[in-house]
Amino acid sequence: MNSPMLPRGMSRRGLLKSGIAMTTASLILPAGMAMAQSEPKKGGVFRVGIGHGSSTDSYDPGLWDNLYAQTYAAARHNQLIEIGADGNLAPEIAESWTSADGMTWVFKIREGVTFHSGKTLTPDDVVASLNHHRGDASTSAAKPYFDAVTDIKVDGPNVVITINAPNADFPYLMSDYHLAIMPGTDGKIDVTSADGCGGYMVDSYEAGIQATLNRNPNYWKSDRAHFDQIVLLTILDPAARLNALMTGEVDTIDQVDPATIGLLESRGVAKILSISGNAHYVFPMDSRAAPFNDNNVRLALKYSFDRQELVDKILAGHGSVSNDNPIGPASRYYYAEMEAKTYDPDKAKFHLKEAGMDTLEVTISAANAAFSGAVDAAVLMSEKAAAAGIKITVDREPDDGYWDNVWMKKPFVASYWGGRPVEDQMFTTAYQTGASWNETFWSNEKFDGLLVAARSELDEAKRREMYQEMQRIVSFEGSTIIPMYNNYVMALSNAIATPEKVSNNWNLDGFRCVERWWFA
Amino acid sequence: MADIWRMIGRRLLLGILTLFVISLVIFGATELLPGDLARELLGQSATEETLAALREQLGLNDPAPLRYLKWLMGVLQGDFGVSMATQKPIAELVGARLGNTMFLALYAAALAIPLSLVLGILAALWRNSIFDRASNALALTSISFPEFFVAYILVLWLAQTGIFPSMVRITGSTTFGDRLYMSFLPALTLTLVVTAHMMRMTRAAIINLLASPYIEMARLKGMSPLRVVLRHAVPNALAPIINVVALNLAYLITGVVIVEVVFVYPGLGQLMVDAVTNRDIAVVQAIALIFATAYVLLNLIADVMSTITNPRLMHRR
Repeated sequence: MNSPMLPRGMSRRGLLKSGIAMTTASLILPAGMAMAQSEPKKGGVFRVGIGHGSSTDSYDPGLWDNLYAQTYAAARHNQLIEIGADGNLAPEIAESWTSADGMTWVFKIREGVTFHSGKTLTPDDVVASLNHHRGDASTSAAKPYFDAVTDIKVDGPNVVITINAPNADFPYLMSDYHLAIMPGTDGKIDVTSADGCGGYMVDSYEAGIQATLNRNPNYWKSDRAHFDQIVLLTILDPAARLNALMTGEVDTIDQVDPATIGLLESRGVAKILSISGNAHYVFPMDSRAAPFNDNNVRLALKYSFDRQELVDKILAGHGSVSNDNPIGPASRYYYAEMEAKTYDPDKAKFHLKEAGMDTLEVTISAANAAFSGAVDAAVLMSEKAAAAGIKITVDREPDDGYWDNVWMKKPFVASYWGGRPVEDQMFTTAYQTGASWNETFWSNEKFDGLLVAARSELDEAKRREMYQEMQRIVSFEGSTIIPMYNNYVMALSNAIATPEKVSNNWNLDGFRCVERWWFA
Repeated sequence: MADIWRMIGRRLLLGILTLFVISLVIFGATELLPGDLARELLGQSATEETLAALREQLGLNDPAPLRYLKWLMGVLQGDFGVSMATQKPIAELVGARLGNTMFLALYAAALAIPLSLVLGILAALWRNSIFDRASNALALTSISFPEFFVAYILVLWLAQTGIFPSMVRITGSTTFGDRLYMSFLPALTLTLVVTAHMMRMTRAAIINLLASPYIEMARLKGMSPLRVVLRHAVPNALAPIINVVALNLAYLITGVVIVEVVFVYPGLGQLMVDAVTNRDIAVVQAIALIFATAYVLLNLIADVMSTITNPRLMHRR
């Protein structure tokens, strides 16, 4: 799967509409636990009920922003590189890739791959597909990834990408779900076409309702795409999704309502898959605005609420505590040993005093558009903070227009981030000085320096050290409160089998359930 | 008869004027919504540059009155334009959904109208009997619950037991019979929701007439109670019944988004919610106009039919 950049847009609309919640009582099946040991079998019609999807979804890869569009795309397309279920890069359309200096990247394009239309894939198609996301006129959400790219050209069977500064993680960016390889004509892709080289070919599609796809008989991966046919259904209402699964109308649903997991289990008609990943919920504070411009105030707030309580009550246990760290436990350089922040009113008071205050009054502007339960989470924080002399007023904002009028406009808000496979992506997207989505407007010279240095550092041990130092800086000096990592919670009918390891990169096995799962 | 045609003509003109005013109101309301299509399409990932590029592409930089006029000119020529979000013609986008919505509305009406008329007439006939009280109580109970609650109860009783499907999946190859079967639960939900209104109006209108002297006369002639009601009372009670039926039909077409969501029914309501959320204003306006047209036309039909059934209305000076 892929990941990247589009962090949040991803489920924003769906959240708005369906009020999803992740959640329940305990990790029923942690990532990586075996669900079925059978060998993959071919055949069957796989129906997935997805809590996203809208009549405005399009075939333009730059605009994919919800789980439906992402899963539908993963069924039709391949990317240069895939992120395997284990989190490592795996070759897809790029057979291999190398770089001598971290700046010039050579991707060897796989031969003998054909599009659904019968056209043979060439390096020119790859260049056209990537260029769609590059340049001033591009409307792609993946555009920022290409800011550093100075040249993309064909060299025999290879595509050569040149960037303006060394970046050891550059290949990870090429796994982004926006970067589908599509057929090009005169250097341009047709953004209204469903043609791809993925495992399934579109039979019918009604935006916001359903898509039916048949297996691509010429798919180059012989060990993938096991279903004869897949049907992707938009079911926005969580109860309707659950009903569809229980009555056998669909085989898998995403975003299971926490309150219903017990019911599902007691019926025995389905199994729950709860995958811990890097996705997390955040409360960003505008680091330019008083009182948040004082790190002591920020620290006081970070010590003034109970993280475990939020995990238990907001996620119903389907998640884990975060130490204000945007790098999750599924990351390579996750800093697990960092000093944990617990609920400590005395420490909070101490930091208030350091800031020259006895009491503090702040307002959180929250809406469930940020994440399901955001308003409740803010209220829980406000209750606990009172003991530290901090009065938090919770201002409930409307879901509609939240990202326009509240997020990055008001000083203290709620927000969320999907997980990314690479530390650099997360930091560059949301924590580097001046980044478009730096939602706290935070700026730290030391952090910025480390970020650039770590990109081109090839010594594994040194990189780890640098990334862990960055995590510490964000945690203790940053302007973002990060209480928890949220799990991806799905429910599968008993007939569905998955590989032993299910990806924790994105929901639905990194959107690739359609090509990785099978009927047992 | 000429009077009728003159009335229809006048009502149609008034209806068009109403629609024009409604289109202005809708446009104004959508302008007041925060954010725009470019912002919604790009989501949280929007940066100033991508926003500017997309706005330029979509023509969102024109002033509002100009955008409104352009759209109105298109509509007058029968061209609803293209969806700004998907670049597909709106007629195509709305067409299939409109068909689905009409199917569900007619299906529910086909169940609800005979049911409520029969119940209403029988209740009037056996006024204050157990039957009257029971049917009233049931109808009022079902109208008093929110739609989604009625829907979930039906799902619990009829879908989880495997009798009817809990969701509607209409594809190109769905046969008419399958369609009736799959859409039964949403149609039943809507039937339960609208029956009370029509049934009670029927009952009240007939009971009202039963006190009239001419009904007394009919009785004295020795007619059976059923014949008195069907032959003498119902024709004179038609005007109020037609009006309430028209109102409920309009509701079935325009007000069923919750039922659509619960049963995953691909109707116009869900499309409109999508379009509002995404600020796809051209689609919102097209659907609002369709809904407004449904109201205007149904009211017109109701007026004409009440007039026809009551000759006094045709000859008043």
